[in-house]
Amino acid sequence: MYNYGYEMLQLAKEKNVRLCDIVIENEVKLTEQSVEVVREKMGRNLDVMMDSAKYGLENDVKSVSGLIGGDAKKLEEYRKNGKTLCGDVIVKAMARALSCSEVNAAMGRIVAAPTAGSCGIMPAAIITAAEVLGADREKMIDALFTASGIGQIIGKNATFAGAEGGCQAECGAAAAMAAAGIVEMAGGTPEMALHAASIALKNILGLVCDPIAGLVEAPCAKRNSSGTVNAMTSAELALAGIKSIIPFDEMVETMYRVGKALPEELRETAMGGIAVTPTGIKLRKQIFGE
Amino acid sequence: MKNYSVFDILGPIMIGPSSSHTAGAARLGKVARGIAGEDFKAVTFYLHGSFAKTYKGHGTDRALVAGVLGMETYDERLRNALFIAKDMGIDIKFIETDLGDEHPNTVNIEFEKKDGSKISVQGASIGGGNIIINKIQGDSVEFTGTNPTLIIKKYDLKGSINTITSIIAESDINIGMMKVTRQGKGKEGLMILETDSKITDEIVEKIEKVDGVISVRAINPV
Ligand code: SF4
Repeated sequence: MYNYGYEMLQLAKEKNVRLCDIVIENEVKLTEQSVEVVREKMGRNLDVMMDSAKYGLENDVKSVSGLIGGDAKKLEEYRKNGKTLCGDVIVKAMARALSCSEVNAAMGRIVAAPTAGSCGIMPAAIITAAEVLGADREKMIDALFTASGIGQIIGKNATFAGAEGGCQAECGAAAAMAAAGIVEMAGGTPEMALHAASIALKNILGLVCDPIAGLVEAPCAKRNSSGTVNAMTSAELALAGIKSIIPFDEMVETMYRVGKALPEELRETAMGGIAVTPTGIKLRKQIFGE
Repeated sequence: MKNYSVFDILGPIMIGPSSSHTAGAARLGKVARGIAGEDFKAVTFYLHGSFAKTYKGHGTDRALVAGVLGMETYDERLRNALFIAKDMGIDIKFIETDLGDEHPNTVNIEFEKKDGSKISVQGASIGGGNIIINKIQGDSVEFTGTNPTLIIKKYDLKGSINTITSIIAESDINIGMMKVTRQGKGKEGLMILETDSKITDEIVEKIEKVDGVISVRAINPV
């Protein structure tokens, strides 16, 4: 078992394999299940991810509270009109992330990745990158394992809970995981994958958790969209050979330290950040009929 | 350091929006159903803390009902659980209340059975979809419902604990956790056991016959 990024890297180097191979091997040992069973299980996650990333592009989804919805479809239609600033790939990825978040907020089926609030980043980044790279289902499943490995290290040494570490722990972790996954999918080295994860964490260091009315809707959906872009640009930097100056393990430790330093108001309590703006308060009162 | 499986990181597959307020609520409902049995005609949910404040926005109400109807956290019918209960003729009520010094995501679920009897189960959703059951019929308990669980109400008689654990051991079932509480020497108390494999009706019947035993409840997760 590995507890740190450098240990994963060492194992991958010794055996001359990718990170995903190390993660799969570890899972097989841990759960005493075969490689086939473990891959098949991950495949089920992928299926749900693909559905949730697609549904909102085609349907006007409305959240339970009515606070968010319909934005994924709006963005997808805008993209189809062909005049985007960021180009097809990024905008499609953003729309997919919004779709997952909207499906989640509308009580649809999603995969917590690593949490329900950040459920859009992994699917959007992985599916869109696979489209660009022409990667098949097995390669996507590999990327999900790479990403999970990064997640295991974050979970062990830090946290995924917005209540403990702010949004950097949810959307930040998801972006770091996705970044590493798509680097390996694109043929990058294990080292590059860790650099990408590290850069992604650095980009959102300190991001607070401040959901309006305490609901996993706003700002969550838009942070899934920006988190996806964070994952993709971090992967791009790493694939170009650019290194993170701060190593991954130190970044994880930093994220945790910064998270704990955040005042409680900015950790999922809906008592700070945008939740307590006049608009945020007004919306809360509307939703709960106060 | 906990050894995470990759499926603790990616997963669970669940109905949104919140692992604690939706997935955890559905699990609470489902475990409560396992305790109360399926023959109920009405259910009242007493919501405490954050559950009371935000249950509508998180769909906690629908998730709880889905749970008592036996649905899983990933069942897409969860969204329509309130209507499904209505169609089944089950009377559902939500009451916002203060249960005292309890976890903010706590609910007390009161079932009214078809024969008119009532049974209440209280539990909390403690994060990431994990739950804990902390009261049954007002008696303090503590178990997660992930493993088969035996709840035995009995008088504190010498040797009775031994007799009960031997009955279980004879059936070749391993006990993972055991907790015994009593209100005083010789008085009423509870014995809670979590086991590694299914608790059969036969075991329940044998334990019911042990001296001093008042009631036995077996919960086998499905
Ligand atoms: S703002 Fe808070 S609830 Fe929303 S996604 Fe970020 S961490 Fe989760």
